[in-house]
Amino acid sequence: MFLKEYFKTIFGTVKSLLTGMRRTGYYFTHGKEIITQEYPNEYPVLADRFRGEVVMIHDEKNEHRCTGCSACEISCPNGTIKIISKFETGPDGKKKKAIDKFVYHLELCTFCNLCIEACPTSAIKMDQAFEHSVFDRSRLTKVLNKPGSKIMEGVE
Amino acid sequence: MFEEVATTEQGDLVINVGPQHPSTHGVLHLIITLRGETIMKIEPHLGYIHRSIEKMCEGLTYRQFVYVTSKMDYLSSHINNHGCVLCVEKGLQLEVTPRAQVIRVLMDELTRIASHCLWWGALGMDVGALTPFFHAFREREMINVIMEETCGTRLTMNYMVPGGVMADLHSNFQKRVKQFIKDFKPKLIEYDDLLTNNSIFIERMKGVGILSKDDAVSYGCTGPTARGSGVSCDIRKWYPYEIYDKLNFEEVLETEGDSYSRYMVRVREFRQSLSILEQLIDNIPEGDFQTKTKAVLKLPKGEFYSKVETARGEFGVYIVAEGATNPYRIKFRSPGFSNLSALDHIARGQKIADMIAIMGSLDFVIPDIDR
Repeated sequence: MFLKEYFKTIFGTVKSLLTGMRRTGYYFTHGKEIITQEYPNEYPVLADRFRGEVVMIHDEKNEHRCTGCSACEISCPNGTIKIISKFETGPDGKKKKAIDKFVYHLELCTFCNLCIEACPTSAIKMDQAFEHSVFDRSRLTKVLNKPGSKIMEGVE
Repeated sequence: MFEEVATTEQGDLVINVGPQHPSTHGVLHLIITLRGETIMKIEPHLGYIHRSIEKMCEGLTYRQFVYVTSKMDYLSSHINNHGCVLCVEKGLQLEVTPRAQVIRVLMDELTRIASHCLWWGALGMDVGALTPFFHAFREREMINVIMEETCGTRLTMNYMVPGGVMADLHSNFQKRVKQFIKDFKPKLIEYDDLLTNNSIFIERMKGVGILSKDDAVSYGCTGPTARGSGVSCDIRKWYPYEIYDKLNFEEVLETEGDSYSRYMVRVREFRQSLSILEQLIDNIPEGDFQTKTKAVLKLPKGEFYSKVETARGEFGVYIVAEGATNPYRIKFRSPGFSNLSALDHIARGQKIADMIAIMGSLDFVIPDIDR
């Protein structure tokens, strides 16, 4: 009785091990089903909604849609965005609020997408760039509006 | 140099496991008193990853604090966010559109599968089987791709907002989820071959770390840990939120209460989550994915509590509101903390070599315990 149980356990164990080994052997001989990406040689295909970093949309005339309303700055949980605004005199002589610098601290950003949701004029969006490592931390503080850019006409 | 060995008055050996030990799944520090090889006492030490999230949330608005909770139990971040938005919606008395409800449930179940996948692989590693880890991560990657496409991120998605979800489903979503269901079903048989029916694994897990039904209740265990002991505690069944009451799924219960039954609960939950996905994926109602809300949310004065079933158990959010834009006080009831409190009880009298298997079967996420 004891011997019977003893051998039953041994054969049961060997059988269950072989079942597992069959799975491992299957993938050993079917190399194409392995999905490892060799990243620096093989660039990953990123989704269009991927949250890499915040960028400001500029058109070919170097114009953006940001009015400097600070909705993104208020909605940010981490204080990532700082908007430094200035007053511009328009062609009709009226003073108008505009952005001087849209400062974006990438080192503080947690990619929660709340600023994009809050923006009433869709001036900012998330970009696919994800390789953010730099040698100097100060390079992570970015000014998003391009130099010399101005607000698109008709955006209030 | 190592002449002094920490011992108690009875001559028991005191050892430290962690805080930087790979099998504690994070920075959990356990002070274990040993007599020979037998565990006499386990003292968990917390606080290594404490970020005072509850206090942090008091300074954030009702839209912002949702995001922080995905940093707690990062493996079921969707479900954490879900609990928070449910609580805010309870305060605002917001109705969520049917489409948003279905999307939320779909995302919750995908998260549950992804979380259980990671746990399954990590448990294999804990008991000495390296292969399952790679198999589990291959399937988890498929879910991550789905999440990346619709939510934009892979781990800490901030997809749920008060009133619905942040964006509509990606056009590839249905196709990819169907493909995932089709691919994942044969993989479950593969999982059983690799680990569930492996006799070495069964020897390590069966009869080890027994948590009785009464103890599971008195320690406040929830989720698969308690269901492995036969306690029926699924929030989706008992206090259904969203559309869970209309879905056809079964609450997985095992009666033994040992590590293996906790393992079996999670493995069987794979199939239940898959069945929920199958029921919903072809029946996503049309309509808005988000109810129009005010730009600034203000909860009325009062106290609100809502709970959801994460991959680890009951996650509760308690908000005390004073009528301002930010909560006066927030308390999170996280499943990991209560489940950890049972560790000392169930590991007492067991061998030190079984400790890791018991911990693995309890499925800890340390940031969830510490907050």
